[in-house]
Amino acid sequence: MNENYKVSSSPHIRDKISSSNIMLLVVIGLLPATIFGIWNFRHENAWILVVVTTAAAVLSEYIYEKLMHKPITIHDFSAVVTGLLLALNLPPTLPWWMGVLGSVFAIVVVKQLFGGLGQNFMNPALAARCFLLISFTGQMTYFVYDGVTGATPLADLKAGEAVNTMDMLIGNIRGTIGETSVIAIMIGAMFLLLMGVIDLTIPGTYIVSFVIFITLFGGHGFDAQYITAHLCGGGLMLGAWFMATDYVTSPITTKGRVLYGVCLGLLTGLFRLFGGSAEGVSYAIIISNLLVPLIEKITLPKPFGKGGEK
Amino acid sequence: MNSCAERIYNGLIKENPTFVLMLGMCPTLAVTTSAINGIGMGLSTTAVLVMSNMLISMLRKIIPDSVRMPAFIVVVASFVTIVDFLLEGFVPSLYDSLGLYIPLIVVNCIILGRAESYASKNPVLPSIFDGIGMGLGFTLGLTCIGIVRELIGAGQVFGFQIMPDSYQPITIFILAPGAFFVLACLVALQNKLKNSAAKKGKQVARAAGCGAGCAACGNRAACGGHMSALPADEKEKEE
Repeated sequence: MNENYKVSSSPHIRDKISSSNIMLLVVIGLLPATIFGIWNFRHENAWILVVVTTAAAVLSEYIYEKLMHKPITIHDFSAVVTGLLLALNLPPTLPWWMGVLGSVFAIVVVKQLFGGLGQNFMNPALAARCFLLISFTGQMTYFVYDGVTGATPLADLKAGEAVNTMDMLIGNIRGTIGETSVIAIMIGAMFLLLMGVIDLTIPGTYIVSFVIFITLFGGHGFDAQYITAHLCGGGLMLGAWFMATDYVTSPITTKGRVLYGVCLGLLTGLFRLFGGSAEGVSYAIIISNLLVPLIEKITLPKPFGKGGEK
Repeated sequence: MNSCAERIYNGLIKENPTFVLMLGMCPTLAVTTSAINGIGMGLSTTAVLVMSNMLISMLRKIIPDSVRMPAFIVVVASFVTIVDFLLEGFVPSLYDSLGLYIPLIVVNCIILGRAESYASKNPVLPSIFDGIGMGLGFTLGLTCIGIVRELIGAGQVFGFQIMPDSYQPITIFILAPGAFFVLACLVALQNKLKNSAAKKGKQVARAAGCGAGCAACGNRAACGGHMSALPADEKEKEE
């Protein structure tokens, strides 16, 4: 009875959902792509890289917080998500210690040095991927499928060669561990959509604006086969559903999310069509992450009653 | 002579331009892709700094206060031109790798900063030693950054292979982002050492130890005068 009279500041009503719940749901959402990737690259022993990278992310978070006398936050699964996302963004043949280095960079430099979960200014997993891509370009762009080395379908597409869209949809192609199968990614994304963890705004505007850009500047007009190949190739789907929607590094308001999605679509299209390499999703996402504070500034909602003020 | 030694200590450690004053960041970040570039840039700057400090100190009573900046620039630019030609003539490979950053020494804020805050107010000899100290401090900073970047990014130091052949160089360290990582880590390390020394009760050289007082300081606007107030307060406590 006495509790009713307790005076406390807001919030007064709390939802049961917590950051560890959300992160756990994201891990579950990533599982289809992870399992498919491990199976798809079983000859390359991709599972070792996935396990080592994820474990390194959790461990480096624990060690850093221990050393800095901060509360240990590994139980909120955010480090697991970062490590897993990073692993899914790495080619299966990458030496395991490079995955570890990437994890340490993601957690210590990008996340913890800026204040931990909720304070990082860009997606840690993608920042680490770009770090590795710049440092070890050779290994990061070395793709093998079933023991055969070659270019990714996206690179073939850029070179003007024909690609098999059906294979790209199912995922038995060359690529990073988690990006190959659109179907597996979509199963996870649908799960997150149904659970209310992510909403359609960012991936929707991202994909639509990317399609418009490709149609206008791709040189093929509205060629359904070409557009589908672009959508299924590379990290676009994984990026759009799992990494662009990261709560910390995406805008809060719907207007802001639309702007952010359009920004992502334009940058990805720009990098893929006119850039030096075939893929540009990771750079597009981290650059848009940097734009988020500005987007938030121009889409700041007006407080009630302030409408007439100039 | 004591004040000369103090000037060199001041430039190397107490007010090290790279790690403490954070001046001249543009060449610091841009040319330190290898240790030899760091030393080359540092020594070129030192040469210019010593000469310009000397000349400005000699001319300090002739230069009218209202046009001192253009006068300083002319003096500095003359020496930079000399260094530029000397480097091009005698060490062309270093000249090629430093490139644009040699002419840019003209607007290096360490040189103008020392001219404004020290050489234009002090006699010739201390000014020369101030230039040597600051220049060597800058060289030290650049070489440290260069060594770390070259070691991690290329597995070498001064062009000699240090790491075993199996070492896979982390290329990002000799690219632009690596400069920021290494500088940040070295500054953090330096602060850490200073802080733990301060905890042990040792007398620590303060960051902006502007002993001459705020009136004479070119950085007064930035610190608002409280920097010199701090050490004074501490001295009182100690006494």
